[in-house]
Amino acid sequence: MNKMDAALRELAGMDDLAALSSGIHRLHPAVKFLATILYIFTVASFSRYALSGLLPMVLWPVLLYQMSGIPVSLCFRKLRFVLPLVLAVGIWNPLLDRVPVLQIVTLTVTGGILSMCTLMLKGVLCLMASFLLMATTGIDRLCAALRAMHVPEYPVTLLLLTYRYISVMLREVSVMTDAYSLRAPGQRGIHFSAWGSFLGQLLLRSMDRAQSLYESMLLRGYRGGFHYAETRPIARKDWLFLGLSAASFAFFRLVPVAQILGGMFV
Amino acid sequence: MIEFANVSYAYEKDRPVLRDVSFTVQDGETVGLIGCNGAGKSTVMKLLLGLLPCTEGRITAAGLPVDKAHLPQVRERLGFVLQDPDAQMFMPTVYEDMLFGPLNYGMTREEADRRIDAALKQLRIEHLKGRHNHRLSGGEKRMAAIATILAMQPEILLMDEPTAALDPYNRREVIRTIGDLSGTKVITSHDLDMIYDTCERVILLHDGAVCADGPAEQVLHDRELLESHRLELPLRFSVS
Repeated sequence: MNKMDAALRELAGMDDLAALSSGIHRLHPAVKFLATILYIFTVASFSRYALSGLLPMVLWPVLLYQMSGIPVSLCFRKLRFVLPLVLAVGIWNPLLDRVPVLQIVTLTVTGGILSMCTLMLKGVLCLMASFLLMATTGIDRLCAALRAMHVPEYPVTLLLLTYRYISVMLREVSVMTDAYSLRAPGQRGIHFSAWGSFLGQLLLRSMDRAQSLYESMLLRGYRGGFHYAETRPIARKDWLFLGLSAASFAFFRLVPVAQILGGMFV
Repeated sequence: MIEFANVSYAYEKDRPVLRDVSFTVQDGETVGLIGCNGAGKSTVMKLLLGLLPCTEGRITAAGLPVDKAHLPQVRERLGFVLQDPDAQMFMPTVYEDMLFGPLNYGMTREEADRRIDAALKQLRIEHLKGRHNHRLSGGEKRMAAIATILAMQPEILLMDEPTAALDPYNRREVIRTIGDLSGTKVITSHDLDMIYDTCERVILLHDGAVCADGPAEQVLHDRELLESHRLELPLRFSVS
């Protein structure tokens, strides 16, 4: 199995995760979407030095991962290519901000190091929450939720079709990579001299494939509008989840829980 | 009924791929459209479905002219099973894929569900309903692809190479299924044994023109005719 096949399987695996049936999966997709957006905004609103204040925000995604039966490690495994980018966001901060803000025994912590750690944690938390939303909802129900919230049809359809197109393209890359490697034994990856033609062929092939799919959609009555997954009305338990989530975000944002707990022991 | 009347078509000027093609398919008939690669079979299908504009001649399907004004109604009456199920099925599960067509044609979800269950039962693949498309085997995908079209309850069923890349068991299953389906069917294939099993009439296309049109029993037994058009007798006849 080449890397593209593995990527394709991982992408397909997201649909499998979304098909699980936990209490979190059964929540209304719009509610999960709103809670996730609220969570991301709350995380982003912490100041760049508020590392200790941010720590309790870890609880929400970790708790939901437990309740949904999705291991946290799976999130990190699936997002292993994105995480380095997130971690790289604040990498220059220690060089730009050298003002000491904290002294731990003999170790001086500068503002740059603290803000770098805060930025990294913010990035990881936002990724964890976004992954959880996708893994417990699925793209179709997510799009249905967006439409139910009156997000215009055009961007929602674009989102859905782009998601579907990724798998079409990956499949083509997989076939082409196999065909290449079978005729280039001992070669690791694709030689740079073939990149141009490889990418050109990939574009043409994936466009052909996308055209076939589009024609198939047209022949089944597609006229630009999708009928998204049926969503039930928002129930009391959904409101309860949203209310509890929002309340906990507000609590952790306004009350310095980590400092209070720390003060109790120091 | 399907009617092709003096249809010609060229993708590039002065290089016609169809030349004055005329034939009629009566209601309830099962017709095999055969020919070597490049004979024009796919072009016939695309013209019939309105995926290509008919620039010369006249095409009617299910009592409607195949033109821009009637495309939605024509396509509602025609069901096309593509050769590659992966190019046809794009929703996560079989059920959602089957739901796509009926909902687009304004059916209620209850009515669509009823049709989906009927189609799955007819093909004896009820167990595939909730399955993810990417988890299906080749044979299951083919049956599911047929089911997505049957859920639309088309008047005319068009199939492109329905037995391509199937193992013997799944091939027989598809042949059995085609035999069980009622209504008008047009099947293009190079699998002449399958055409013989499923079609009562055969149209032979070569170089964009109709070279033979007659009972399957007669056309598919004619070694000289088939070989002169780069085809071969069905295996069962060539062996005996």
